[in-house]
Amino acid sequence: MKDLISSLNKVFESRVRLGIMSVLMANDSYDFNSLKETLNVTDGNLASHLKALEERNLIKVNKKFIGRKPNTSYSATENGIQLFQQHLKALEDLIKLQ
Amino acid sequence: MDKNLTSAEELKTIRKIMEESSRFLSLSGLSGIFAGTFAIAGALIAYFLILDNGNIQYNEYLKDLSGKEILILRWHLITDALSVLVLSVLLSFYFSIRKAKRTGRRVWTPVSKRLLINLFIPLVTGGLFVIVLLIRNHDLLVIPCLLLFYGLSLVNAGKFTYGEVFYLGILEIMTGLISAFFPGQVIFFWIFGFGILHIVYGLFMYRKYEA
Repeated sequence: MKDLISSLNKVFESRVRLGIMSVLMANDSYDFNSLKETLNVTDGNLASHLKALEERNLIKVNKKFIGRKPNTSYSATENGIQLFQQHLKALEDLIKLQ
Repeated sequence: MDKNLTSAEELKTIRKIMEESSRFLSLSGLSGIFAGTFAIAGALIAYFLILDNGNIQYNEYLKDLSGKEILILRWHLITDALSVLVLSVLLSFYFSIRKAKRTGRRVWTPVSKRLLINLFIPLVTGGLFVIVLLIRNHDLLVIPCLLLFYGLSLVNAGKFTYGEVFYLGILEIMTGLISAFFPGQVIFFWIFGFGILHIVYGLFMYRKYEA
C-alpha cells in the first residue's frame, strides 16, 4: 500500500497539471489559448503550471510565429508520457484494491 | 476509502479531458437526418422532374437526345446534387454550433480544425476527380465515386469525432463499390448511401447522445 501511494507522482497533484498532461497525452501538441479554454483557467495560473512541468522535463515548449503573432504550443516529452502513465497505473491499482 | 474515491474521480476526469480535447463532440445526429432527407428529395427531383419519371435512362439517353438537351440535363442534375450538398453542409454547421452552445463547448478548437482538414482532403480530391469524370463523359461513375470518396472522408475524419462516423464511412465505401457494378441503378444507390444510411445514422446518434 505504501508503495502504491509513493508511485502516485506528486507533480500531478495539482488539478491544472493533471489537466495539462491529460490534454497533451491525447494530442501531439496544443497551443496556450486552447489549453486555457479547455481547462478553463486563467493565463497566470496556466503559465505557472506549464513552467513547473517544463522545468521537470515533462513537457516541451515550441514557439513559432503565425504571421506576426507569436504562437506557443506544448507537447508531452517521452519522460512526461512515461511518468503520467505510471501515475495512471497507480491510480488504477488503488481503485482495484477497494 | 476516501483516497479510493478520489482516485476513481481523478481517473474519470482524466479520461474526460483526454476525450474532449481530442475529439469534436458537437456533431449532431440531426445533421445526418436532414442530410439524408435532402439526399432523398434531391434524388426524387432528379428521377421525376429532370429524368422525366425515369423515362430518360442514363445509359441510353445519349442516343436519343440532341447535344444541347444532354448539356441542359447534365446541368440540371449537377445543380440538383450541389444544392443537396450545400444545404446539408450548412445545416450540419448550424446544428454543430447549436449543440456546442447548448453543451457549453467551443466550436473552433484545434480538434475541429483537424477534423475539417482530415474530412476535406479526400472530399475535395473526390470532387475534383468527379469533375474530371464529367469532362471525360464517364457520367455513370460519378455517383459511385461520390460515395467512395465521401466514405473515405468519413473514415479519415472518424478519428477526430464520434467513432460511429468511421463505421458510417465504411458503409458508404461498400455502397460505392457495389454501385459501380450497377450503372443503371446508381440513383437507388444514391438514395441508399446518402439518404437512408444518413437518416439511420442520424437517428441512432441523436437517440444515443442527445435525446
